[in-house]
Amino acid sequence: MDLYSGWRLAKEALGGHLGWKPAWRDAAPKAQYQVVIVGGGGHGLATAYRLAKEYGVTDVAVLEKGAIGLGNVGRNTTIIRSNYFSSENVRFYETSLKLWERFEQEMNFNAMVSQRGTINLYHTDGQRDLFARRANTMRLEGVDVEHVDKAGVKMLAPLVDVENGRYPVLGGFLQKRGGTVRHDAVAWGYARAASARGVDIVQQCEVTGVRREGARAVGVETTRGFIAADKILFAVAGHSSRLAAMAGFRLPIETHVLQAFVTESIKPTLDCVVTYGAGHFYVSQSDKGGLVFGGAIDGCNTYAQRGGFTMQEEVMAAGATLMPALSRLRVLRQWGGVMDMSMDGNPIISRTPVENLFVNGGWCYGGFKAIPAGGVVTAHLVATGKPHPLGAHFGLDRFREGRTIDERGVGPSPWAH
Amino acid sequence: MLRIACPHCGPRDDVEFRYRGDATLARPAADAGVDAFASYVFERDNPAGWHVEWWQHVQGCRRVLKVVRHTLTHEIAAVGEANDELRIPDAGAKS
Ligand SMILES: Cc1cc2nc3c(=O)[nH]c(=O)nc-3n(C[C@H](O)[C@H](O)[C@H](O)COP(=O)(O)OP(=O)(O)OC[C@H]3O[C@@H](n4cnc5c(N)ncnc54)[C@H](O)[C@@H]3O)c2cc1C
Ligand SMILES: [Zn+2]
Repeated sequence: MDLYSGWRLAKEALGGHLGWKPAWRDAAPKAQYQVVIVGGGGHGLATAYRLAKEYGVTDVAVLEKGAIGLGNVGRNTTIIRSNYFSSENVRFYETSLKLWERFEQEMNFNAMVSQRGTINLYHTDGQRDLFARRANTMRLEGVDVEHVDKAGVKMLAPLVDVENGRYPVLGGFLQKRGGTVRHDAVAWGYARAASARGVDIVQQCEVTGVRREGARAVGVETTRGFIAADKILFAVAGHSSRLAAMAGFRLPIETHVLQAFVTESIKPTLDCVVTYGAGHFYVSQSDKGGLVFGGAIDGCNTYAQRGGFTMQEEVMAAGATLMPALSRLRVLRQWGGVMDMSMDGNPIISRTPVENLFVNGGWCYGGFKAIPAGGVVTAHLVATGKPHPLGAHFGLDRFREGRTIDERGVGPSPWAH
Repeated sequence: MLRIACPHCGPRDDVEFRYRGDATLARPAADAGVDAFASYVFERDNPAGWHVEWWQHVQGCRRVLKVVRHTLTHEIAAVGEANDELRIPDAGAKS
C-alpha cells in the first residue's frame, strides 16, 4: 500500500497528480474463501480489516450488492459519542471512541475525525435526573461528561432558543470528546487497509441465498455465482432479516427507515452536536457549512429507502422550535436509510442457530459510532468462535434468557425506540 | 404519507394513526414453554413485501384496525377489523 503523506502529495503534484492509484482492489470473486462477509458497509469492512490484521485471516471476501459506502455508513448523520446508559454499553462505545481518536493514524486515511463535542439538552427536572444518572455511570467507567447550565448552553450554541415556548432548555450534558467523522471516508479507509492485507472487496455481488448442509452453512448463492465459505458473516444493516430468512431462521428485528436532512451552506455557526431531548431532533454543522439534522424513525416497518412526509414535517417543526434560525434555511437534500430496529434497541453481534454463520446487525440508528469497536468484537467472534468480552452482551441468546439490554426502557416495540 | 381507509371514519392521513406492528402473531398456549414465548415476543418475519399489521385510529374512532401494506411500495391492499381475514396479494405481484 502506498502511504499517504504530505511528502507524497508534493511528489504527486510534481507529476501532475497522474500517479495516484485506486485506494483498493475491486476484486472478482473466487470460488471459495475461509470467511465470506455479506455487506460492504462500515461493520463488514472493519471486521474484514481486523480479521486480517489481528488474526492473520486474509482469505476473506466482502460481498457488496452495490458499491461500498452507499449503505447506511454513507447515509448517517456522522455523530460519534459514548454517552450510554448501561455500563457494558459505555465500555463498548468508549472503546469505539478511543479507536476513532486514533483512526487516521492507524489507517493512514483522513476521515476528518472532529471532536467538536456533543451536548444532550434537557427540559425537565426528571430528564435532568435521568441524564445525571447516565453521566454518573459514565464517570464510574472513567468516561468524560460535564453538566452545562442554561447560560452555558447559550454560550456553546447561541442558535439554540433556550427560552423556546414549547420545551424551554434547562441545561445539558456535554461530552467534549464526542463529535463527527466524515462517513464515506470510513468505508474507504477500512476498504483500503483491508484490501492491502489481501481481503477481496467484491462489489455488485448480491447474496441471494445461503446454502446449508444440515445444521451448517457452507456458502452463499450470489448474482455472480456460488461462493463456498468455511464461515459466513451477515453485516447487512437493515437487511439482516432477509438474509436470516435465506438461511432459515428469524431474528428479533423489524426494518424501519430513518431520514436525514442537510441545508444550504452557511458560515460557521454551530460548533458542537446538539440533541434536543424533548423533540427528538439532533443537528450539527458539516465541514462544508450545511446544517445536518435528523429526528425519529418513520414509525412503521419499511424497506423503502426514502422516508415519508409525516416525519419530515415533525422533524422540521422540532428543529424550528429549538433553533428558529433553521426555518430561514433551504433544505438542499433529504434521504433515508433502512435499519434493523432490534427488539431491545441494541445491536446483535452473535452466533446464529446455523453453524458457521454469524451476524453483526440490529444497529438501529446508532451503529456508525460503533464501527471501529464493532470490527474488533465481530472479528474476534468470527475468528475464535467465542464472544469478545466487550460485546458478550450483544448475543442473540439474551432475548430468550431475559437479559435484554434496557438502554431506554421501551420494551419489545421497535417502532417506539 | 399513507392514507388509510378506516372502515368507520373513511380515508384518513397516517398522522391520525398509531402503528402497532405485526398482526400475524398468535399468542402461544400458556404451557407452550420458553422457546415459544421468546419467539412470540421477539422474533418477526419482517418481510420486504406484503405485511399484515395493526394500526390504531387514535385520533378517530380509536379502533385497532388490521392493514395489509407493502413495505417497499407502501401500497395498502386491504383494511379491516381486528378479526377479519384479509386477502394478501400474491407474493410476486408487487416488489
Ligand atoms: C439517517 C441516518 C442517520 C444515522 N445517524 C447516525 C449517527 O449520527 N451516529 C451513529 O452512530 N449512527 C447513525 N446511524 C446508524 C448507522 O448509520 C448504522 O447503524 C450503521 O451505518 C450500520 O452499519 P453498516 O455501516 O455496516 O451498514 P451499511 O453501510 O448499510 O452496510 C450494509 C451493506 O450491506 C449491503 N447488503 C445488503 N443486503 C445485501 C445482500 N443481499 N448482498 C450483498 N450486500 C448486501 C448493503 O448494500 C450495504 O452496503 C444513522 C442511520 C441513518 C439511516
Ligand atoms: Zn376510524
